[in-house]
This record gives sequence, C-alpha cells and structure tokens, in this order.
Amino acid sequence: MSGLLLQLFQNGLVVLVAPLLLGWVNQCRAWLQNRSGPGVLQPYRNLIKLFHKDVVLAHNASSLFRFMPYILFVSMWLAAALVPVIATGLPLSPAVDVIALVGIFALARVFISLAAMDIGTSFGTLGARREMLVGFLAEPALLMVFFTAAMISQSTSLITIVETLAHREFEIYPSLAFAAVAFVMVLLAENARIPVDNPSTHLELTMIHEAMILEYSARHLALIEWASALKLFAYFTIGFALFLPWGIAEAGHWSALPAALATLFVKLAAAGAGLALLETVSAKMRIFRVPEFMGTAFLLAVLGMLIHFLLGS
Amino acid sequence: MTLASTLLPIDVALGVIVYWLLLGLAGLLMQNSRVITQIIFPAGALGALVLAAAALSSLGGAVNVAVLPLGLPDLPFHLRLDSLSAFFMLLLGAATIGISLYSAGYFRTMERGALGLLCFQYHVFLAAMAMVFMADDAYLFMVAWETMALSSYFLVTTDHKVAEIRNAGFLYLLIAHVGAIAILMCFGVMQGGQGAYTFDAMRESQLTAFWASVTFLLALFGFGAKAGILPLHVWLPEAHPAAPSPVSALMSGIMLKTAIYGILRVSFDLLDVQLWWWGALALALGLLTALFGVLFAAVQTDMKRLLAYSSIENIGVILAGIGLAIIFHSFRMDAMAALALTAALYHSFNHAFMKGLLFLGTGSVLHATGERNLGKLGGLIHRMPKLALLVLVGVLALAGLPPLNGFVSEWLLLQAFLLSPGLPHSYLNMLIPIAAAALALAAALAGYVMVKFYGVIFLGQAREKEVVEQAHDVGIWERAGLSWLALGCVMLGVFPVFFILHIDFVTQQLVGHTLGESAAQTGWMWLTPIQPERASYNPLILLLIVAAGVLVTLYAVKKLYHGRLRRGPAWDCGYPEQTARMQDTAEGFGQPIRQIFEMFFGIVREVPGPFDKKPHYHGETRDLLWIRCYLPIARFTEKLSALTGKLQHGRIHIYLMYSFVTLLALLAFIR
Repeated sequence: MSGLLLQLFQNGLVVLVAPLLLGWVNQCRAWLQNRSGPGVLQPYRNLIKLFHKDVVLAHNASSLFRFMPYILFVSMWLAAALVPVIATGLPLSPAVDVIALVGIFALARVFISLAAMDIGTSFGTLGARREMLVGFLAEPALLMVFFTAAMISQSTSLITIVETLAHREFEIYPSLAFAAVAFVMVLLAENARIPVDNPSTHLELTMIHEAMILEYSARHLALIEWASALKLFAYFTIGFALFLPWGIAEAGHWSALPAALATLFVKLAAAGAGLALLETVSAKMRIFRVPEFMGTAFLLAVLGMLIHFLLGS
Repeated sequence: MTLASTLLPIDVALGVIVYWLLLGLAGLLMQNSRVITQIIFPAGALGALVLAAAALSSLGGAVNVAVLPLGLPDLPFHLRLDSLSAFFMLLLGAATIGISLYSAGYFRTMERGALGLLCFQYHVFLAAMAMVFMADDAYLFMVAWETMALSSYFLVTTDHKVAEIRNAGFLYLLIAHVGAIAILMCFGVMQGGQGAYTFDAMRESQLTAFWASVTFLLALFGFGAKAGILPLHVWLPEAHPAAPSPVSALMSGIMLKTAIYGILRVSFDLLDVQLWWWGALALALGLLTALFGVLFAAVQTDMKRLLAYSSIENIGVILAGIGLAIIFHSFRMDAMAALALTAALYHSFNHAFMKGLLFLGTGSVLHATGERNLGKLGGLIHRMPKLALLVLVGVLALAGLPPLNGFVSEWLLLQAFLLSPGLPHSYLNMLIPIAAAALALAAALAGYVMVKFYGVIFLGQAREKEVVEQAHDVGIWERAGLSWLALGCVMLGVFPVFFILHIDFVTQQLVGHTLGESAAQTGWMWLTPIQPERASYNPLILLLIVAAGVLVTLYAVKKLYHGRLRRGPAWDCGYPEQTARMQDTAEGFGQPIRQIFEMFFGIVREVPGPFDKKPHYHGETRDLLWIRCYLPIARFTEKLSALTGKLQHGRIHIYLMYSFVTLLALLAFIR
C-alpha cells in the first residue's frame, strides 16, 4: 500500500516538475548569455496557452497523426515514473527493467517519426530521417551504458542497480566514468540539445526534433512539449540513478523522503545549470558530423563495458 | 478407450500431411478457381490448425516414433515426433493458418490453369516442410528436404514468363542444391562408417572431436544456405520478391526455420559433443549476418526486397542466440544455455508471425496498386486503413518495440548476453560485450528500417497519384489471415510466460534445463528468467498502463479544455509550393545509412554533369559479396566448362580415340 502511495506521488511529482526543469535550464542559458530570460515558469505558461488554442490539422492528417501525442506523452511519463527518483520502493519498476526502458524510448521515437512522415511534407520526412539517424546510434549507446551498470550490479533492474551502486564504497569506477561520458552525449542527442540539435530554432539545415513536429498545434503540441520535458527529466534522473545514486531513499524508509526530495532538487538544479553551460560553450554541429559524435558515444560505452571486464570494476 | 487417447499426435500429423497432399491433388484436378480459393485454401488452414493442436499436445509428451514401409526396399521411412519437432510443427501450423486464410482471398484473381498448379505446389510444400520436421533418418530427411526445395522453386517461378523471375528461381535452386550436398555429406560423416542412416544410429555413434567439427561445419554450411546466412544469402533478396506474397510469407516465415531446425537437430541432438568455438563461430556469423541484413534493408527501394533483407537480419539474430547457447552448453552452463536457446526459439516463432504478416501486407499493397517500388507509393493509410493498422502491428513488432513479441525475444537474448561474464574463458568474456553491442546496433537499425517501410508506403502523400488512387482495402479472407498473424504478435508479446513454458520442453530435451520454474516463479505475468532481482519484465502491465494512460489523457485534455479542431493546409514552415515529390523517397530515407556505411556497399552512381541537355540520375546499391565472391566463381565455372567443351567435337571416331587412349592409360597403370 505504501509502495502504491509512493508510486502515485512520484507520478504526480514528475509530471508537474518536469516543465520546471526545462524552465530552469532555459533560464540558466539566458543568464549565461547575458539575457534576463523569461523566468523558470515559462514552460507552464506555454503549455496553458497551447491547451487553450484550437487545433489546426493538415488536410491529409491520418488518425495516427492525431493519436501520436498521447502515446508519446504517456510513454515518456511512464519512463519518468519508473526511474527511482526519490525512493527505490516503486511497485511499477519491476515491470520494466532498463532494457525495456530503452524499448519505451524507442517506441516513442518510432511513433514520433511515423507521425512526422504522415502529412507528407518535405520537412516532416527530413526530420523523421534525421531523428532515426540519431536514434539508431543513440539507442545502442544507451543500452551499453545500462549494461555497464548492470554488469557491476548483476541486475538489469534499475532499483537493484541503484541499491547496489549507492552502497558501494566511494571510489571512481573507470568503467562507469566512460559510461557517464557516453551517457551525457546520448542525453544531449536524445533531448535535441546543442550540439546535436537546437531546440530554439527552426533552421531548415539543422533542425531535427522541430522539423518533426512542425505540423502540430494546440493541445497536440502541448502534449509533445510536455513529453519532451518529461524525457529530459527522465534522462536526468536516470543519470542520477546510475552515476550519483546517493540520497535516494530506500524502500520503507519514509523518514528519509524529505531529505531525498531535497537532494533531488539540488541535483536537478546543478545538472540543469551544467547542461545550460555545456550548451552555451559548444556550437551546433553540422548534421553530417552527428553520426561521428554518436559513434563516439557508442564506442565509449562499449569501452566502458570492456574496461569492466579488464579491471573487474 | 476413446479415439482421442489411442490416436497419437504423430498419427494426426501424418494424417494432416496426407490431407494436404490430397487437397493439392484436388486443386490440380478441379481447376475451378472459386472452389480452389473458397474451399481448398481454407480447408488447408483447417489442416494447419489440427497440426498445430497435435503439435501442442505432443510438446513435452512421450516421444512418438513410426516406421513407414515406403521408399526403397530395406530402407523404410523412420518418423519421430519429439519436443523439438513438435515445436517447429507448431510454428508451421500456427503461421500457416493465417497464410492459408489469406491465400484464399489473394489468389482469387489468378488465371485458372496456373491456380490449380499453384494450389498443388503450395500444399506439397506445406507437407514437405512438415515431413522435414518429422524425419528420423537421413534418407527421408533428404527426400523431404528436396521436395521442399523443388516445390518452393516452382512456387517462386509462378510468374515464369518474366526473365528476372526465372533467374531468381535458378539462383535459388542452385544455392539450395549446394546446401543440400553439404547436408548429405554431413549425414555421411555422422553415420561414422556404420552404414546406418537412421538418426538413432547417429545419436549412438561416437565421433572424434575433429569429425564432429567437420559435421558441424558442414551442417552450418548446408543449412546456412537455406537460412540465408552470410555469405550464402544472395538468393533470398532475389527469390522473395519474385514469389507471390503468400509464398514469400511461407518461405521467409517458415521455410527458413527448417534450416534453424536442422542446425539445432544436428548440433544439439545428433552430435553428442559441443565445442565452444562452434558457438563462437555461429555467434560471429550470426551477428555479421544480422548487421549485413539490416544495413542492406535500410537502402532498398523495393518493399519485398527490403523485407527479404530484414529476414536475413532476423536469421542472423536467431543464429547468434544458437551460438551463445552452444558456447554455454559446451561449458556445461545449462541454465544459461537454456536461456539463450529459449531466446533463439522464441525469436524463430516471432519471426514467422511478424514477417508473415508483413509479407502478406505487401501482397495486399501489390494487389491494390500493382507497384512494388516504394518510390511510387505513399499515403495508403487513407485508402487502406484496415490494412495499415494490421501492418502497423507487424512493423512495431519487427522493430522490437515493447509490448509486442519482437521485444520479448530480443530482451531474452540481451539477458543471455548479460549473463555471459560467468564464462570460464577470458577471451570469450571480452568478446561478448562487443557481440552485445553489435546486436543492439542491429536491433536499433531494424527500427530505422521499419519506419522507412511503413512511412514510405502508408504515410504521407501519394507519390504517384494514379497508382495509389485506385487502391481498395483488403477483403474478408485477407483480413482474417492478417488478423490472425497480428493477434499472434500481440499475444506472444503480452503473455510470454505461457509460451516459454512450452519452449521449456524443447530446452529440456536439448540442453537438459528449463527456464520455466524461474520464469514463472513470481506469477504468470512476470517474466523473470533467472531471479526476480536480476531482471524482470511485465508486458501486460506495461500495455495496460499505456492504454489506460492514453485514455485518461485523452479524456482529461478534452474535459479540462476543449476538443475544438479544424482542418487546413499543411504549414511546412510556410513554403507554399508543396508537392508529393518533395517527400523523402525510399532512397532518400536510406541515404544517411548509405553514407555512413559506404564501404560496405557497392554503390554505382550516374550523376548528370552541369551541361547535360537531358539530366539523368541513377543510383544503385549493390551487394559487394556478389561482385567480389559470386561473380568470380561464376566466371571461373564458365571458363572451366568452356575448356571441357573443347573435348567435344561430335565426331564418333574422335570419341573412340578418347576411349582407346583412356584404355591405354589404364593398362599402363595396371601394369
């Protein structure tokens, strides 16, 4: 029962806090660029505005196009709800291990790409092709990152991974270090951040994510934006679970929850600022360089696994 | 005693084989296209249902054997139905139900004479495949194997008036026979000089490690030719597009699995030793095949060729699972061998359903539009919504997405890889992560291929208006067949534990260990291959949550805000002049893959110069193995036969002289 309560609390928490994280990253970016910024609450205002608007649907949009935002939103929500964010006793988590989590991200990617091809515009198919290009290299890289952690903890369950990693002595695991670098690269690519993609432009030569959702409007677009925020949140918390698992409360430790919540917000704030810094100091890559970037991430993740075998740590 | 208790499953299976042969003969004699499509094909589906039921009931039951006094004197046919056979019989029956139902609708427009012949070959093909699974001596096995190869050859060349199709058929027949020779030699080695060609005798014979390895390699080569393992894959992308779609579905979904059955039968049942390097070889070959297949699938422009290459990929994945199982088994780690083997068997079963569904789907598209070229399709979701929905299931399954069936086998295989650090062999341990990475890459690329396949055919705008606009949705028989296969994809994905409990009988037979106790220890919903703490997966909960979440979100958004919606022209960043030709073609969608992996493709391009009056672009991606390996062999063979041809003059006295010289030479030897 208590587990169910915790799960419900986390479901609510992630869906409400995710846009805040996005707002925070954008605000930090504005500060770093000497702008005053729209404030951390701007994503919420955008969502409300979009929900109130009328949907304008292209003439030959099929039902797949209309249905996709809901699938995307729910699968990203599910992904974020499965990660042990503040406590490990989540009853839903055993249903989906890390491999299935990668599968859920893939499901969302396939659906959004299909929806992008549905209207049949030049930008839509271009975006779908580029998204799948980034995805087919990012997905195995993410899987290899998970495998490195899974080999250390002898489990593919995120909860067991967190419990094992949080209890180890504080030392740097070389394999995890490689995995962490690969993970950050995957995070940048999968969340359409600089240097792979730029979420704040509609530049035809470079856009990926934005090209796919050009035809969406109003509530559909709101759900997609919300899903993007949830995806960023999920990736952040996956990173914390793998590389900074300290502070996550264990199953049944109710008293540790407030501290865990506070720790989560501190981690999110720091990581969000870090992402903004990373995005500010790097330049957008040419699209042809993206496969190299992703290939590097993939190789680093595989190297992490190999190092685990070589050094046994 | 009731009839049911005296009737052994093997009798039922034999009955179905005879029934299929009779149906085929009836089709040949009737020549009435209504009767053939409306009665004979559905009746064949009924036979498949009975076969599947018999196979299901015999899984885990007593081993049935039978001896039929057919064939040559003193060489009766030995038949045997054990768990391994029963599993593949189940696959054959279950997938054939859908394909035969579909055929009832698909072939209705075919001309009369050809239809009777096709009906005959189709049912002979089915019967031969069932016979391959039941054969218990090398003699019957080869007879059934050759019958299967020949009947499928005639099915592939149904449209024999097209030269291209005749060529495809010839290539298929050639490689099938090269493979059959290797299988024959493999049996020859295995009988160990005893001269007894029953499988029972082969199980008894003690081979040395060297001869066992020779056997395994011959089996891998021979069955690999049938399965399309690198570098013997070249017939697949030619033969599959040439054949009528239900035949492609049968060949890709089921016939390729006869080769998987053969490899399993030889390496786990007939041979009593396994060496680890066999497994390593199979694993490496499997992964190479998988990556090769999926890369080529990504650059295809013909929808059936694309699926053919995707079949090569899936066979590679299955072979990788078998390789891993052999490695584990050779180190006596039977629990893990059972896991890897379960993954391979599960994937075989899945592939029959997913690929069957997609090949049948392409058949309907072909029927409706008359076009196989992806570059001319598009927007079919508006014309054929029912087909689009059913094919979407297959596409998501083949892309390996949860909660469908393709993901389950992929998940099991990745779990098997994750367990490999326990191997007592340090080099292998090092190589396994790279193998896992290759598998993950192939799986991710499969998603790319499937988005291309579905997006270009069904979504977007019609690239050629006149091709697409005449399209009509699928009929009732087609829909029944497609729905059966789609239902299979969903069920196998959502209730994996039930199915794994059946696979357990096979792993028990082959490696002496099962997954079932651990897989079901936390209840039938939870898939936990080793221990619940190590890994668990629950597709049913996943599906329910996603479905419930979508419904709640839909309701909440409409209730809290509004459901207002209007239609307008597409926005597309404000570019006004949008035509359907501006969408990505199949070539365009595959372009990034072609660019990244350029060195693996043989790319031919004709690009117009700046002053061309009539600019013309032509691009083609060729198989390097075909150019570097097959063409030289073909040229060498031609040269050799030209040399031999010089001996022939057609004059009798010269031939008499040859005989005389030969006699003299022989005399010199004997003296």
